[in-house]
Amino acid sequence: MGISNLIFLLLLIVTVVLFVQRVKFIRGNILLGKPLDLSDNPSARWKKMFRVAMGQSKMTVRPISGLLHIFVYLGFVIINLEMLEIVLDGLLGTHRLFSQMIGGYYKSFINVFETLALLVFVSCLVFLVRRNVIKLKRFWSKEMTSWPRSDANIILIVECFLMAAFLTMNAADGALQMANVEDLGKFMLEHYSGVEMAGSGFLISSFIAPILPTDFESLALIERICWWFHISGVLAFLVYVTYSKHLHIFLAFPNTYYSKLQPKGQLNNLASVKKEVELMMNPSADPYATPPPSELEDELPSFGAKEVTDLSWKQLMDSYSCTECGRCTSVCPANLTGKILSPRKVMMDTRDRLEEYSAGKSTNGRDFDDGKKLLGDYITSEELWACTSCNACTDACPILIDPLSIIVDLRRSLVMEDSAAPTELNGMFSNIENNGAPWQFAQADRLNWKDE
Amino acid sequence: MADLQIRTMADMIAVGDKPEVLFWVGCAGSFDDRAKKITKAFSKILNKANVKFAVLGTEEGCTGDPAKRSGNEFLFQMQAIMNIQVMNAYEVTKIVTTCPHCFNTLKNEYPELGGNYEVMHHTQFIQTLLSEKKISIEGGIFKGKKITFHDPCYLGRANDVYEAPREILEKLDAELIEMKRCKAKGLCCGAGGGQMFKEAEKGNKEVNIERTEEALGTDAEIIAVGCPFCNTMLTDGVKSFNKEKEVRVYDLAELVEQAAEL
Ligand code: SF4
Ligand code: SF4
Repeated sequence: MGISNLIFLLLLIVTVVLFVQRVKFIRGNILLGKPLDLSDNPSARWKKMFRVAMGQSKMTVRPISGLLHIFVYLGFVIINLEMLEIVLDGLLGTHRLFSQMIGGYYKSFINVFETLALLVFVSCLVFLVRRNVIKLKRFWSKEMTSWPRSDANIILIVECFLMAAFLTMNAADGALQMANVEDLGKFMLEHYSGVEMAGSGFLISSFIAPILPTDFESLALIERICWWFHISGVLAFLVYVTYSKHLHIFLAFPNTYYSKLQPKGQLNNLASVKKEVELMMNPSADPYATPPPSELEDELPSFGAKEVTDLSWKQLMDSYSCTECGRCTSVCPANLTGKILSPRKVMMDTRDRLEEYSAGKSTNGRDFDDGKKLLGDYITSEELWACTSCNACTDACPILIDPLSIIVDLRRSLVMEDSAAPTELNGMFSNIENNGAPWQFAQADRLNWKDE
Repeated sequence: MADLQIRTMADMIAVGDKPEVLFWVGCAGSFDDRAKKITKAFSKILNKANVKFAVLGTEEGCTGDPAKRSGNEFLFQMQAIMNIQVMNAYEVTKIVTTCPHCFNTLKNEYPELGGNYEVMHHTQFIQTLLSEKKISIEGGIFKGKKITFHDPCYLGRANDVYEAPREILEKLDAELIEMKRCKAKGLCCGAGGGQMFKEAEKGNKEVNIERTEEALGTDAEIIAVGCPFCNTMLTDGVKSFNKEKEVRVYDLAELVEQAAEL
């Protein structure tokens, strides 16, 4: 094992350790949410995940970005097969290990990888142009402050560089492979030959080869530099992703799997309310009866959500999965008509607050209180009261995030915990309570229409 | 016009009779002047098709939808329990309603609280009557007329019902002109989630204006709707463009009523 293998091993270990740490941290944060049993109906869930996450069924609604995204997605998944070879080469000190195993097919594989790499490169360039030159509106709304915008750009630019490095590496390699073994041997580069691909080099990178130097030593140097740049870039990216909106590349799968199976219009019936209502409606129930011991230990029932910890783990997973694409906000009737509500911001706020909350908790202990809450300090009641519960956002989200459920839970807290509904809504409530209709009409007049 | 035959559940039970279906009229359908016309139109259709139906009349109460969506889960569940007690006592098994909000709540949110019914929206019901030839549309007063259809959020996206209303329009021989935002992409009228009962939050436009603009952009003579709240919002929208002479907003039940000359 040479020194470079050792360096590579070290790099790999550091990456894995950092990555695992972050995964644990994020998992812990998600589990700060309230329990929710979503283990039902696994077959429907698998199907949904296959269709929406793997099959990208929601992305094609917008054909241009949908197609480009499919290129990047396929590129990501398929080029990762090549990553396996690169990692093994790095550890074992081999060169293009798989070429010795699969012989003639190898070149075809690399040709496919290269085609995808080119498509990824071009797609990312177009994405950059859409964000920064054409300035598509959904990437420039208010919540897209400098960090979210840079985050997206960093990812796209890095992706471009990685693909360029991959292709340049292959170009240099391909050129070396075409030389004969004896000539290479003079420079101790004979390991570059023997790869089953003599002839014209690889499909795409052979077009880069002409602009590279022709002497063997420079080619080998370029090949090595690109190899190292590519692999360290990929490893750094892996860690970066866990800090970024780009986490959807992993979370899209569990997030679609655990997404809502019921019709979109169905809201959950709050269990805490159900209990109280049962007591009130059931005259034979004894309100002073000692509850079973399991319930005694429960905290006081809460109605709705004020803080990230009042949300379910699925709602918190939603927030980590959100890729800030803004499809939800771009179809939100409230947002379209100038209200400050933005479902994307609801998701971003939830994640930001969750990270802040858990960081605070880990430094200050269990009783951490920074005087802030998700409700009010992040998401204001003006935003919440602008929602028409139309479900356009939940329908638009490519990974089935449900911003509306968070909006409703926050509203519940405003109304039931703080009695802070807008006056007109309080009027509507008391009408329903007193005369069974949201307007002031007597219940006794309910059939008058028949004779009018 | 024949007199409307409307019987309540209580009437029917009193004479030992049972309806095929309960017509859930809803609050708008009971009290709102515009929506009452829809209620009557649908009742006429049911009469014409000889459907044995009943209403709850004064025993009906708000489903609780506006309360629930505004965050008042208590009030919602109280309403739900009361309504479920009434309906279960009458052994209701099938409900039809002209309001997509009632439809959604009865169909999706009541079962867990003990109310299990087969629930249909009136467009689905009418569509079935038409295809079973229980009513027929002759004369074709809408033949070739340009009509656009506004999908109610609580029928469309919320419950994936897109075809029944369109099939009715097809039976009317009308020329359906879709808005760019239709079906799952349909834009809200602005009334849902409790908005109907409050001033809109600060913004630069009303949602119903945005939607009406799009509907008017199709050059349709009629904007067809399937929800009393959408009806109000779009009617107001059309008025604000001073187009109420040229463009009318009708519920699908009213179109069928006119076409079948009821
Ligand atoms: S449900 Fe609310 S947040 Fe979502 S698109 Fe409709 S109005 Fe906007
Ligand atoms: S919630 Fe979904 S649609 Fe909205 S920004 Fe996040 S990923 Fe995009």
